[in-house]
Amino acid sequence: MEQAEARKSLVTRAPYGRRPEGQAAELRELGKVRMQTRSLSVHYGTAVGVHDVTLPIYNQQITALIGPSGCGKTTFLRALNRMHDQTRGARVTGQALLDGEDIYAPKIDPVIIRRRVGMVFQKPTPFPTMSIYDNVVAGLKLVGIRNTALLDEVVERALHQAALWDEVKDRLRNPGGSLSGGQQQRLSIARALAVEPEVLLMDEPTSSLDPQSTMRIEELMAELKTQVTIVIVTHNMQQASRISDHTAFFYVGDLVEFNPTRKMFTNPDEDRTEDYITGRFG
Amino acid sequence: MPAANPAISAAVRRIPPPIYRWLGDRIFLAGVVLFGLSVMALAVSLALVLYREGAAAITTFGFFGFLKGTTWDPALRLEFGALPFLIGTLVTSIAALALSFPPAIAVAIFSAEYAPRWLAHIIDGLVDLIAAVPSVVVGIWGIFVFAPWMRETFYMPAYLWAADRHPDLLPLLGSPIGYGMTTAVIVLALMIIPFTAALSRDAIRLVPKEQREAALALGATRWEVIRMAVLPYARSGIIAGAILSFGRAIGETMAVAMLIGNKNTLPFNLFGAAATMPSVIVNEFREAVENLHLSSLMAIGFYLFLISLLVNLFAAYLQRKMAVSGGRAV
Amino acid sequence: MNLKRRHWRDRLMLGVLSAATVLVLIPLFIVIVYVVVQGIGALNGDFFTKELGSPARAQMGQETGLVHTILGTMVVDLLALLLAVPLGIGAGIMLSEYPDHRLNPLLRLLNDTLNGMPAILKGLLAFALIVKPMGTFSGFAGAVALAFVMLPIIARTTESALMIIPWSIREAGLALGLPRWRVVLSTIIPTARVGLMTGILIAFARAAGEAAPLLFTSFGNNYLPSHWSGWLLGPVDTLPQRLYSLAISPYKQWHEMGWAAGIILLSMVIVAFVIGRLAWSGSRVAKR
Repeated sequence: MEQAEARKSLVTRAPYGRRPEGQAAELRELGKVRMQTRSLSVHYGTAVGVHDVTLPIYNQQITALIGPSGCGKTTFLRALNRMHDQTRGARVTGQALLDGEDIYAPKIDPVIIRRRVGMVFQKPTPFPTMSIYDNVVAGLKLVGIRNTALLDEVVERALHQAALWDEVKDRLRNPGGSLSGGQQQRLSIARALAVEPEVLLMDEPTSSLDPQSTMRIEELMAELKTQVTIVIVTHNMQQASRISDHTAFFYVGDLVEFNPTRKMFTNPDEDRTEDYITGRFG
Repeated sequence: MPAANPAISAAVRRIPPPIYRWLGDRIFLAGVVLFGLSVMALAVSLALVLYREGAAAITTFGFFGFLKGTTWDPALRLEFGALPFLIGTLVTSIAALALSFPPAIAVAIFSAEYAPRWLAHIIDGLVDLIAAVPSVVVGIWGIFVFAPWMRETFYMPAYLWAADRHPDLLPLLGSPIGYGMTTAVIVLALMIIPFTAALSRDAIRLVPKEQREAALALGATRWEVIRMAVLPYARSGIIAGAILSFGRAIGETMAVAMLIGNKNTLPFNLFGAAATMPSVIVNEFREAVENLHLSSLMAIGFYLFLISLLVNLFAAYLQRKMAVSGGRAV
Repeated sequence: MNLKRRHWRDRLMLGVLSAATVLVLIPLFIVIVYVVVQGIGALNGDFFTKELGSPARAQMGQETGLVHTILGTMVVDLLALLLAVPLGIGAGIMLSEYPDHRLNPLLRLLNDTLNGMPAILKGLLAFALIVKPMGTFSGFAGAVALAFVMLPIIARTTESALMIIPWSIREAGLALGLPRWRVVLSTIIPTARVGLMTGILIAFARAAGEAAPLLFTSFGNNYLPSHWSGWLLGPVDTLPQRLYSLAISPYKQWHEMGWAAGIILLSMVIVAFVIGRLAWSGSRVAKR
């Protein structure tokens, strides 16, 4: 028992910005606000990708970001784990709070933020030269965890969470690129989950997959949300209405409406939202 | 609307007679194929002619006997063995590749990942320019500037230190005049850097953005992204560059001939003179009077051809084996 | 803290990589500076107007120069171009315009193999094919040797330049009723002319710097040929081969002229390099 605890703390080490268990437990209640943006804007040179968005992300729930293409939903998502740091000419103003602390504050290390806020991309991106096993533990190896027993456990746990374990448990040493598209995406999810992030950002994770794989991933998201807060960008409104608890509608860089999903899709507040949802444009 | 002019219509609608098209196409195709055949003939004749010219030596000493022979005596016994030159070529090329690989990769990474675009253009241009400098120009600089400098700065001090403290090391070090194996290897390494660097930087630039972002999203630092996601993905291009560099090193003639000191007998040592297959051909060809001597030099050319061919084929094989395409590691 | 170490290593790598880049580029500048500084003194009027003669001339301060070398280089290089360009472009046309031709895989393989072969072997081939039957070293043999060097390069660059042009342009020409050969000659080749010229320039720059093939073919000459046919039928001096001879000679005055020859060679190569670079990036800008 002691050993399991010790191993657990290796993965969720305090230096990576997590609060000690006591405080964290308070915040991890269902329904509390996990992340919050305040007047968040993203500028590309003179063009504005996202304008003045104030939006709460509720703990252990799925928040969907919808809107026509080019509306800024992906830009907003990527601001939540400081991916825009890499883009030349991109500038972020406003605040994005994780557990009450602004991730854009001057002294904050983006490497730490990205450990706590993970990301899955539209195109499945396993590292093709690594085995399935090595893919999953890639994030762990970065921080120097080498204990094979611990890694084995994490691999099993993460692949279970991504609903991939049964399919690959006998071929963990096969290259990551040898899987089908849907499996590769679940592998990417497992890799992101292996480092135990607190929030998982998903950028249209099923748009390049077939309907069956899409269904598998939607199913696993329903289970995942009890462990990880999820923010998902999707252009598929049916998907948003199926799986999410809250929905945000973006249009040309502005946040038009934010509401519980059921309300959003049956009785939205804004006309523009209703127009989009009923397919009048987009 | 102007009335249709029947003369103009007739002219515009005229179709060239079929014979014009058919014959023209046949002649053109035949001409083009002829030119293509000439290239192929060149390649084949290279192999055949080199063998024919070297046949006298190869039949006299044996296909492998010639390669294993260590005596190169054009004056007295007319006995020729190519082993010293084979070893010289292999040792200098492998050493130059090993020496050039880290800096070449470093420049490629710096240019492709760190430098702003304008600086990357300049660096790439300068690196490619290194490859464009003629070998003889590097050679004359080597003879009058680099080799003496190496002698004063490294060889003599090392030699004197060894003479003082470790006389047993002296045979290993060899004569420190400056024109020898080490000087040639260093200069050769410099000359082959551009090939590894160019192919590596192209391969690195081709790594998809998503791979980098996936690593970044796991909380990797900039260098860790490169090490974890970029370099492995680009490895087939990097290897291709290394093999291209190696192929160039094997065939590099003038600078090596001018700097390697030209000793035709084994053993070679660190500082002392040595020889390679191209260098011995250059050094002795113009004075080769005896038929067997000339034939032996040609035979060395033939073996050089075989080695080059092997390296090229190996390169193609490795490339296919290590390529990463569409996310699936092949 | 592990994280601190990772960031430290990240910064260290930046330092290492930039240092390596500087380290790699410094020798280039050193070579160029030395060549210019050491050779500029010998680049006088005599250099361009007098022939070399015996070592005694230089040692005793009499008039000596490399006019025969410069002229010889021009003759040999130009003749090599005349030989290699039609063949190379023809082979390139075969590869790109007739992609289904069954000889193409073999042609590509052999061409790539040729490209990777050391230039010295091509010189030996020209020696066996031209010098031996002729019974003498000659400018013609030198040109053939350099043509062997240029040919695979031109074939490859031609194929690349032509393949960039979208296939729809050829279809448009064919749809107008033009026969295939007219489409290629009148439409495709002119459109690709910048790429083709650049390829020829690259091949020229590469061959112009090669000394080894010339040592066995044009061999070298300390004097101007006495008859105009001597340029083609007798031994001829060329810059790379002469540079080599001067550098390994025991005469100090000849060493100086060697550096000067180096200046000329370097200038040729750098000019060709810059033009090729500008033309290539210019054509890429235009296509955008």
